[in-house]
Amino acid sequence: MAHITSKPKQRGALRQQPFDSSAEKPQFPGASAEFIDHLEFIQPNVISGIPVYRVMDRQGQIINPSEDPKLSKEMVLNFYQKMTLLNTMDRILYESQRQGRISFYMTNYGEEGTHIGSAAALEPTDLVFGQYREAGVLMYRGFPLDLFMAQCYANADDLGKGRQMPVHYGCKDLNFVTISSPLATQLPQAAGAAYAVKRENSNRVVVCYFGEGAASEGDAHAGFNFSATLECPLIFFCRNNGYAISTPTNEQYRGDGIAARGPGYGLMSIRVDGNDVFAVYNATKEARRRAVAENQPFLIEAMTYRIGHHSTSDDSSAYRSVDEVNYWDKQDHPISRLRHYMTARDWWGEDEEKAWRKQSRKLVMEAFERAERRLKPNPELLFTDVYDEMIPPIAKQRDAMWRHIQQYKEHYPLDLYEK
Amino acid sequence: MAATRLFLRASPVKCSLTGLTGGVHSSLGSTLLKLSPACTAKPQAQRRHAAHFTFHPEPAPSQYESRATNPPLTFTGTEIEEQVFIADTHCMNVSAGPTQKMNLFQSVTSALDNTLAGDPTAVIFGEDVAFGGVFRCTVGLRDKYGKDRVFNTPLCEQGIVGFGIGAAAAGATAIAEIQFADYIYPAFDQIVNEAAKYRYRSGNMFDCGKLTIRAPWGCVGHGSIYHSQCPEAFFTHCPGIKIVVPRGPVQAKGLLLSCIADQNPCIFFEPKILYRAAVEQVPTEAYQIPLSQAEVLQEGSDLTLVAWGTQVHVLKEVAAMAQEKLGVSCELIDLRTILPWDTETVCKSVVKTGRLLISHEAPVTGGFAAEISSTVQEECFLNLEAPISRVCGYDTPFPHIFEPFYIPDKWKCFEAVKRMINY
Repeated sequence: MAHITSKPKQRGALRQQPFDSSAEKPQFPGASAEFIDHLEFIQPNVISGIPVYRVMDRQGQIINPSEDPKLSKEMVLNFYQKMTLLNTMDRILYESQRQGRISFYMTNYGEEGTHIGSAAALEPTDLVFGQYREAGVLMYRGFPLDLFMAQCYANADDLGKGRQMPVHYGCKDLNFVTISSPLATQLPQAAGAAYAVKRENSNRVVVCYFGEGAASEGDAHAGFNFSATLECPLIFFCRNNGYAISTPTNEQYRGDGIAARGPGYGLMSIRVDGNDVFAVYNATKEARRRAVAENQPFLIEAMTYRIGHHSTSDDSSAYRSVDEVNYWDKQDHPISRLRHYMTARDWWGEDEEKAWRKQSRKLVMEAFERAERRLKPNPELLFTDVYDEMIPPIAKQRDAMWRHIQQYKEHYPLDLYEK
Repeated sequence: MAATRLFLRASPVKCSLTGLTGGVHSSLGSTLLKLSPACTAKPQAQRRHAAHFTFHPEPAPSQYESRATNPPLTFTGTEIEEQVFIADTHCMNVSAGPTQKMNLFQSVTSALDNTLAGDPTAVIFGEDVAFGGVFRCTVGLRDKYGKDRVFNTPLCEQGIVGFGIGAAAAGATAIAEIQFADYIYPAFDQIVNEAAKYRYRSGNMFDCGKLTIRAPWGCVGHGSIYHSQCPEAFFTHCPGIKIVVPRGPVQAKGLLLSCIADQNPCIFFEPKILYRAAVEQVPTEAYQIPLSQAEVLQEGSDLTLVAWGTQVHVLKEVAAMAQEKLGVSCELIDLRTILPWDTETVCKSVVKTGRLLISHEAPVTGGFAAEISSTVQEECFLNLEAPISRVCGYDTPFPHIFEPFYIPDKWKCFEAVKRMINY
């Protein structure tokens, strides 16, 4: 006969109290919450979702002066020049693909603010993982036009040794991890890198850029969850530009964008106006400060618009109206908004604009012409870096290739490649 | 009937439904079984099937082959003093030092212990590694080295490997555990599209050479479809990674330490059936066994046998049977590294013997025996006395109750040897 351990007095006392479920708290290990005694589904709030933080209005006027980061004239001019230089480089390289000079290109039109604003808020030693539409981050850090072009032309100066398609940039010295085509693979990698950086105690942060389409990948879920559970000093920066190639956001997700997913993972989250370079700057700056100080990840969803086509393989008039594109190009563009801010302070005018346009075009054209003339890398580089050292089977295949080329040399474009 | 009366008499308050909380009625399950007429006799058909091989421990090494290379320990931006041994192409014979009796999972723990002790950047992570791991490979390490170095991750293999790639790329020695090789596929994209190509696609600016992925592998008697797989063939088609499978504790520790030291992402498959069954005297200090070097375990003149992992022990018995029953002298090779594999050792052997039998548990079509066979017939065509034989799993998923019929056991291998000798 099992011994009854409950005390009669206590049992009697409980029976006399009115039944009140709120006096108890759930004990489940999986969630810390109160009980609720009526059936109620939580409604996803997409009509009035997470608000969009901005500092300037569409005409470049500061709305709330206490939010103006009050950056120096030198710094703001640099923002403007980097955004416009990127724009100019995009125009030239897009055109060069159309002329068959490079095989492929992706422009950054409309998203320059997301690149420059966030890059400016980071330290040069912070590690950057990108997707493919973040060239402005690299440009802000000082990646020279010659090397952008070298990668797109896959010529002998390419740091990547000619192995990848255009716009798959990388630069070890500037702490920008080489881009890869598979989407969202960089999110869990950024979490791992941030964990390693945390253990070093080097006060660095890792930043991970991705688009709203890539955020649908399983790797995005993995990245968010790992960064939160493992307490990584990491900024997830989502460029929500309205389209993933032809897929608009209402076919990409049904919730309140990407920012609303953050709290579900335990991430500090914010939505910002991506075309407002100061809003992007402020949010990134504060996220960086806290990510390093508190070892926790932050999610910034920068709302913007992809003015250009997805790539040179895309004609977006097939799925969106010219009017829609024109609205963003003319009425809400990060470059013009910043320009209004500058002209209002007499930091920039028509003369400066004319001079800079001429200079930036000259810089880009000169780099372009140099890249055009440069030879491609030696085909030896087809076979190296598969492993840290050359291994016998690859060496055999390389030798076989050269023997074959020797015999059939007139069928191979050897003159275009370095010897 | 008695059992039913017992069940009904038990009051709900006292009787725990699971039997876990102890007390008089906690063993309801075992009580019911005892009373059931079907359970009175010890079942013959249900006795657990004995292992399809016998593990013979190899004698404790007094010295062992080692290509001694120590990786430089670096944090980003700061070079810690590099310790570099002379790395030449010949194997150095190094004294083994003190040894301890260890089974395979303990030899893995030992390797990880040595690594965490010697490399401050080293971290171990995966599902359930914190308490010691479902196969006890990481027992004691979290207490010894700290929760920031040995930690659980969420249940997400693509996350585990992606996280490991990033940590390695940022300079940490990252050792990722996948709980069963059967569950490695969500990480396939990260392994094949990312890890394997990291160095190549970045022009050698970035790499994840410090990443090692470990996973239990192979048949275990009752593992069935999802706890028995040998997926190495999926990955051998992927330049840029290395794949290693040890046959016992001494090999496991040395090969694992080589994988960790190797500056390329490595996958280390651990034969789970050997975790407890294989026991050897294993050096307690760190040592490395070279990668991409097959080992000739026994020399012979008539037929070359090639396998890796558990199957090496099956073929050892086949070699003994061939000698005893057929007078056939077999040369037995443990491939050890599946990618990049040691073509030289295998071809040299086939040139001598003229016959080759390759055996693996994984299904025969597209299995790695196909690659070995193809290469050997290219290199040794005129030396072959008989067609190359592959004794492998069938082209079915790995079955549960039919495992004894599925696996490439010694009788199937022996029969193949007979056919080849009589060709």
